[in-house]
Amino acid sequence: MPANAFNNHTSYGIGLGLRVPHYQHILSNKPVCDWFEIISENFMVDGGRPLEVLDQILEQYRVVQHGVSMYFGSAEKLNREHLTKLKRLVKRTNTPWLSDHLCWGSVDGRYTHDLLPMPYTKAVAKHTAEKIRAARDFLEVPIAVENVSSYAEFHASDMTEWEFLSEVVELADCGILLDVNNIYVSAMNHNFNPYDYVNNVPHHRVAQIHIAGHSKYRKYILDTHDHPVIDPVWKLYARAIQLVGPTATLLEWDASIPSFEEVHDEALKANQFLHSLTRSEPVGIA
Amino acid sequence: MTSLTPRWKTRTTSRPVAKAFIKPNDRLTSFERLQIYNRQYWFRIIDCFYDDYPGLRAVLGERRFRSLACAYLGKHPSSSFTLRNLGQNLESFLRDQPRWTRPRERMALDMARLEWARVVAFDGEARPMVSIDDLLGAKPTKLRLRLQPYLSLLELRYPLDDYLIALKKLSVESLRGEASNAVTQHHHTGVRQLHRPKAETIYVAVHRMENAIYYKRLTREQFLLLRALERNKTVEQACAQVDYASAEDIQSWFEMWASLGWFCQP
Repeated sequence: MPANAFNNHTSYGIGLGLRVPHYQHILSNKPVCDWFEIISENFMVDGGRPLEVLDQILEQYRVVQHGVSMYFGSAEKLNREHLTKLKRLVKRTNTPWLSDHLCWGSVDGRYTHDLLPMPYTKAVAKHTAEKIRAARDFLEVPIAVENVSSYAEFHASDMTEWEFLSEVVELADCGILLDVNNIYVSAMNHNFNPYDYVNNVPHHRVAQIHIAGHSKYRKYILDTHDHPVIDPVWKLYARAIQLVGPTATLLEWDASIPSFEEVHDEALKANQFLHSLTRSEPVGIA
Repeated sequence: MTSLTPRWKTRTTSRPVAKAFIKPNDRLTSFERLQIYNRQYWFRIIDCFYDDYPGLRAVLGERRFRSLACAYLGKHPSSSFTLRNLGQNLESFLRDQPRWTRPRERMALDMARLEWARVVAFDGEARPMVSIDDLLGAKPTKLRLRLQPYLSLLELRYPLDDYLIALKKLSVESLRGEASNAVTQHHHTGVRQLHRPKAETIYVAVHRMENAIYYKRLTREQFLLLRALERNKTVEQACAQVDYASAEDIQSWFEMWASLGWFCQP
């Protein structure tokens, strides 16, 4: 379901993360790019170059916000100051939807700046969903939560991650940012079939998809966003598109960043899967 | 989840705590899975510290800088959603615990202050400017001028502005030598090619213009006048701080500072 309530009924195509090394190229050459994703926290500042660049980008391009520190899964309440700054940015960018992660990352006012997995239980799902609803009500923009890649699982979990994600988004009535690379990374780290994950999330809630590269070590895979997308992840993406329909797709490349053209060419590989969808193929499973 | 925290503060209990909460898998123990996050955490914040304080690193040298980084970040973990504020307690930490910067305590402290001022200048708030025309006819006995939030006034014991500029030039030249598309790679190589500066008291305003950060040297009189304005003195009171400047000089200073956009409404 490409256009739905969770992406504010938009039909965005393939986008790129807006990254500092590409600023000059984008502002000088104005390359064609359907949309850019910005990391909200990089622009939740009071002034200076970040906002000047953002305003120039907004003149030419569509922008969607993606956050990394809302920490819906943290035990403490949402940070009011954070929400206020975020809302100011939402008004500036006019983002059609806003995403952040299904994770925790802060405790007692200390921040890890990481995306930490949670125990998958109904109680945690309820707590997390309440915070998502509160954030959505304050920000007044559809929210999509992203599945994270993880390296640890908890004894306390009594459901699978995809069951937990499904429970959270149903309780919160929010969208999903389906990160197929994260599904693959977690599947390899935790020995489950990534297709079980993709097949069993509520597809009608998928607002956006992420694809990315990662780094493989001897005993685990690390979600580093510093390589091209590998074939198994593309195949998983193809399956996701088959189930969800053509959906706003974003390539994340956040470290060892090559030229804009190289990153864009990598992202545009998604077209081979998007264009291979035919009317006869099932689109969306409610 | 909050019940985990108190038990993780001492290293001796980490393994049993990890085992109690985290499942092992066929490749990694519970503790090893936790260690992935621990390592990533320290890589992330130390990397950020390196990025924000290249001058301090040059002053102290690699070994002392790394020790300082671990000590500071251990005492002051991030308390903000943004890593931009990671260094906000560094100055007070260095004042309280000068042993981490011996024997260059003063130079290190001043460099930390200068590099924090850069952070503020980069994305600090800019309020609507007050132009020189706005000041015409205003009574100095009543007029108070606020300085832009992104502006920092510093008295330094060493010419560290020149040192930082030279360091940056050296770093850019070094990167050019390895130029590729990968402009975000972090090169934690030694930058000790420059001699540390000799002691010399300077006064500098760290500010920005058209999104570039500048260090503007000030005379002692200019510094005292601006600092008085910063402390909410009236223009008359601020000018009284300056004994050895003519009225014409002071007027030209105000014109210059107004043209730089330094003044804003209180």
